[in-house]
Amino acid sequence: MGLLSKKDAALIKDPLFDNNPITIQVLGICSALAITAELKASIVMSISVMFVLGLGNVVISLMRNIIPSKIRIIVQLIVVATLVIIVDLVLKAFAYELSKTLSVFVGLIITNCIIMGRFEAFALGNGPWRSFLDGIGNAVGYGLILIAVGFFRELLGSGTLLGIKVLGDPIEKTGLYAFGYENNGFMLLSPMALIVVGIIIWVQRTKNKALIEEN
Amino acid sequence: MSKRTDSNVYTLIFAIVMVIVVGSMLAFFASSLKPNIDENKRIEKQQNILYAMGVNENDESSANFVSTAVAGQEFNKYIKKQLVIEGDNITEDEKAYLIDVKKEQAKAKKGGTRRLPLFVGEKDGNTFYVAPIYGKGLWDAIWGYVSMDENMVVQGAYFDHKGETPGLGANIKQRYFMDDFYGEHLLTEAGVFKGITVAKGNNDPKNEDKTDYEVDAIAGATITGDGVSAMIKNDLALYVPYFKTLKK
Repeated sequence: MGLLSKKDAALIKDPLFDNNPITIQVLGICSALAITAELKASIVMSISVMFVLGLGNVVISLMRNIIPSKIRIIVQLIVVATLVIIVDLVLKAFAYELSKTLSVFVGLIITNCIIMGRFEAFALGNGPWRSFLDGIGNAVGYGLILIAVGFFRELLGSGTLLGIKVLGDPIEKTGLYAFGYENNGFMLLSPMALIVVGIIIWVQRTKNKALIEEN
Repeated sequence: MSKRTDSNVYTLIFAIVMVIVVGSMLAFFASSLKPNIDENKRIEKQQNILYAMGVNENDESSANFVSTAVAGQEFNKYIKKQLVIEGDNITEDEKAYLIDVKKEQAKAKKGGTRRLPLFVGEKDGNTFYVAPIYGKGLWDAIWGYVSMDENMVVQGAYFDHKGETPGLGANIKQRYFMDDFYGEHLLTEAGVFKGITVAKGNNDPKNEDKTDYEVDAIAGATITGDGVSAMIKNDLALYVPYFKTLKK
């Protein structure tokens, strides 16, 4: 890649698989459980986190030399909360319908551990451009898992994808349902998100033995 | 090596400056955008009321309001009367749709008389009575508008929420949930108010039985569903005396 040096490209690529924030760093699990019952919610959440994490990482990185270390966590929290609230206000004023869809996620974004985790682990010690890449990389890695979990939970739990009935109509008994297939309501509840994430972690570590921790 | 940024004085000054900068920034954004936000909310209320009485742009499966540009015009066209019911006293007020149901509920709790807004709409020769309802879901407030005919049979419903879980409780604003309320009876044949319960396992998934006082619940959204049942029962029951006067 001409645009990014090898080291910079790694910032984007690593979090996608071998250093994925959810499956390897085990950050952001709470939101992965809470909102993945539907594919659409997963996608919206991924995009929002990408925006906030990219921007937040840059802001924290620019401030990294003036933030007092004693209160750095509080400063990080304030930065992310301010960003999210300003975005929410602007959307409410100029794109009201979009903001109705997103406002539910506002609280979830502020408390997302990935954001605080990347601020603390990366942006405090690196320049703005590298921090930005790190933010985007981690958000995409987070989004991949969220979308995968959302895909399986919506497909198996409701028989739909993005609200479209892909398996037929469960009430009219068409498509797969004509053969006695039933939706698994348990997929809609949070424990199944944990199990799906667990399966993804299992598959990933089977493929790449280097990820298995010795103990 | 101790850094300059480690000193207590620096930390304190930094904290104070940060609070002032962030505080004024947020205050600036909030106050400069407030007129736009309030206007959007006002239009949304009109859209909600129109939606409940069937003036909307629904396609096959998604819920769509009339566009914001024509909402005011349509509202004036379809809503014939805006009533405020205060005990036995019924007045007309064209700002009735701006009454804050939450504040009225709080007032009633303190022993005051609650002002009940009711919107009388007309469409294709039918009269609709639209009432706002307000309650609590799992995380935060939920509210809605229910339109009824003069026998308190539901003619349409719109629900919304502040922060229910996406994919679960948030689905109360999906067509497949809201449409179930259409045709449901709120009163028994004897005229006693019974409400509508969002019920699990009511053995009526297609919702063909309109006099069972139940609609099918959303899987994984029990508490939000209970909140919907409760706000229908609590708020719509207050309108029963008014509907009784219509019969005379």
